[in-house]
Order: sequence, then C-alpha cells, then structure tokens
Amino acid sequence: MGSLPNEKDKEGYVLRRFRYYAPATLEEAVSLLGELGDGGKLIAGGTDLLVQMRERGLHPPYLVSLKNFSQLRGIGVQADGGLRIGALTYLRDLERSEVIRQRFDIIAQAASLIGSVQIRNTATVGGNLCNAAPSADMAPPLIALEAEAVIFGPGGERRVLLEEFFLGPGRTVLATNEILAAILVPPPLPHSAGTYLRHTPRQQMDIAVVGVGAVLQVEPESRRCQVARIALGAVAPTPIRAKGAEAVLTGQAITDELIEEAAQRAVQECRPISDVRASAQFRRWLVRVLTRRAVSSALAKIS
Amino acid sequence: MAKERIQLVVNGAITELLTEPQRTLLEVLREDLGLTGTKEGCSTGDCGACTVLLDGRPVTSCLVLAMEADGREVLTIEGLAQNGKLHPLQEAFIQYGAVQCGFCTPGMILAAKALLDENPHPAEEEIRRGIAGNLCRCTGYDKIVRAIAAVSGLEVDR
Repeated sequence: MGSLPNEKDKEGYVLRRFRYYAPATLEEAVSLLGELGDGGKLIAGGTDLLVQMRERGLHPPYLVSLKNFSQLRGIGVQADGGLRIGALTYLRDLERSEVIRQRFDIIAQAASLIGSVQIRNTATVGGNLCNAAPSADMAPPLIALEAEAVIFGPGGERRVLLEEFFLGPGRTVLATNEILAAILVPPPLPHSAGTYLRHTPRQQMDIAVVGVGAVLQVEPESRRCQVARIALGAVAPTPIRAKGAEAVLTGQAITDELIEEAAQRAVQECRPISDVRASAQFRRWLVRVLTRRAVSSALAKIS
Repeated sequence: MAKERIQLVVNGAITELLTEPQRTLLEVLREDLGLTGTKEGCSTGDCGACTVLLDGRPVTSCLVLAMEADGREVLTIEGLAQNGKLHPLQEAFIQYGAVQCGFCTPGMILAAKALLDENPHPAEEEIRRGIAGNLCRCTGYDKIVRAIAAVSGLEVDR
C-alpha cells in the first residue's frame, strides 16, 4: 500500500511540485486528461489525494482541478422522484440535505460517518467513490439503492451500475480521460427504508473495519419482504453485494430467525483480509452482527 | 516552477498573491500572509489544528491547495476579534480555562464558531460531534465543551 508514515520525505510533509490545470469545460477537461495520460490526476476535494501524496508515495506530475464545475455540485430531485447527485457534492451537504434525510436516509447516514465536519466540508461523494477504497462508506448505501454512475468522456455520457463501477482496491472502470459526473439514485420504493452501519474502533474520524448497507422493501401487514439489497464494504477487494443473503429474505415473511440466517449467509459471501485494522476472522464476525443490525434497523424504519 | 496568481478574501480583506501550485492554503496563510494563528499539527486532516472557515465552512487547510481557495473567503482566528474586542467564544475559552498549551485553540474556536453559526443551541452531544475533528492533548475537552455550552446558553451538569 505504499510507504509507511515513518518513511515520509525528509522535507516533512511539503508536497512535491506538479503542474496544475483548471479547465473551464468538461470537454476541455476530458481532452486534457487524454493528452496527459497516466501522469494526470483529477482533484476534487483532495482529502484522499493530498494524504496519498504526503504518506503513500503518490507524486503525480499533473493535477487537473474540477473547481470550475459547479454544475457537478448539488442534489437534484428528478421528475420520477429519483435523485441526481452531482459528483462534486460535499459529503456535508449530503449529510444535511432534507430530501436525502427524508427519502434516502441511508445516504445521509453514511456521509455523516466520514471523517470530521472539516473533512466533510471538503470531500466529495465522487471522490469517495473514485478513490475506490474497499472500505469507502458511500459505496454500500448507493449500491444497495441500485444507483448508477454517470460518466463523462470523449464520447459523451455513459452510465454504469455502481455495483459494477469498482474493479479492485483504488481501481474503477473510469478510463484516464473520463470523469465521474453524477450519481443517479432510483426513486424510493414504497414501504422501503435503508440503514448503513459500520464498525470503527474510534467513535469519530476512522475508517470502516466493516460496513453494511441494507435496503428493504417490506409489505407492512404481512411483513413479506419484496426487495432486499445488502451491500458490504471493507470485506473484499471492492464493495460487494451479498446476493445470497438477499435471496434468504426476498419473498419471505421476515422473522428474527430469517434475519440471522441472512446474516450468516452474508458471512459466507464476504472475502475479508487480515490487516492492521482487524483480522479476517473479526471481520467475518462483524459482517454477521452488522448485517443483522442493519436489516433489523431498516425493517424498523418501515414499520 | 511558474507561480500562479490567486485572489482570496482573508479576514475581510481582498488579498492577491502569487504561489506555486503545490502550496496549501495553510502554508500560504502562515508563510505568505504571516497569519500564524492557524497551526500545522498533522498535515493529513486528522487533528484539526489547521481549521479555518472557507466560505463560512470549517475545513482543514492542510488539505486545501491554495489554488483551490482562489476566489473564496477565508476566516482565520486572527479575523475573529473585532476592533480589539474578543469574540464571545474567545472570552468563554479564557473564562472556563479551556486553553492550556493553546495549540489546538485557534482551530477549536473556529470549529465551535461554525457549529454555533449553524446550530445556535446545540445539545452537548452535538457540541462534541461538532468539534470531533479537533484534537486536544491537554484539556481532556471538558472545559472546551463547557465554554462552548456557555456561549450557546446550554447548562452542562457534572
């Protein structure tokens, strides 16, 4: 994963030089990225990028700033009740958005957990997704909502299901000359709700050891689950959907026993590693506990 | 490396300067403008000592490139007192003994100001969440929370 903190540059944390571009249009940005090739890095909030440049040996010779693209910042409600979330939307604004808290609470929940107020005022949802840490907190909720990534490139716009957006730690389907422009969230299903939970050793300012996002649609009287979507973070090279766990719940009347069965199924589907934050064994334990809690919480929100 | 021209409003004053692109807002404030109230604690956005208000929003200036702050408004701790009169938060921090070594204090006060600007009467839990991005190695946070609570009119027991 790069250099350890005690191997930092002798000069301390001063950044190495780079050329800085601030294109005025998306077309210009895409064209510029195409010319620069692998040397160019996009900068949105910069909260992951600058830390990597200081501590992980990342020294891009060029940075391409997205600061002129205010059109990519903001939350728009679509005609069908879905959302178009600009990739440059600050996490703090997702956390505080009325429409998101009322109709897509799982998104606000996840955003509120990332970093501190200061970080959330600088970091963007697009940055969190494109940095593509397996533990990215915005991924499981958006995957569980079956969100799509809107990608802008030389050929115009294309869309990719967020579930298919991630290729590995730090890698996405984005080509070097593509920019994540927005996230499209489908309209909320009637009688549905979602919860994102994660385990961190500290109460604030930490990185998820395990993250679970669960979205359910449940018939209120019969407690029959019509739709179940469970997404896991930090337990595989990418955020993943636990489709086996989902199948346990789908079409069934939800009971505590069924939730436990789904949680155990989710454990079988995850592929965690042992690292500085946790052992694989502990992560598997957490998947079971957090899946159970996230599903129960989503269910309680519907009732 | 060629320098770029940027213009920002710092503590109410329009400020133009030349900087190389790899410099952060923190460096520019401290080294170019001599505003050394804002501190460098970790350079990774974890400690909050470098907190300033950018367009009214608290940010860790060690992670903001000066180029990204171009055209924006910055408030540092130096800009808080008006005409020699301390801000209520500054008065409260003194009165409640919320300052020991003082290194976290500028960032802490600005984070608290941003909290109260948004939520004038926070509960204690909300105060603690609002300053969660500001580490203090001296005080144990108790007096800091009491000082902020005092300004917002909240009674804190214990």
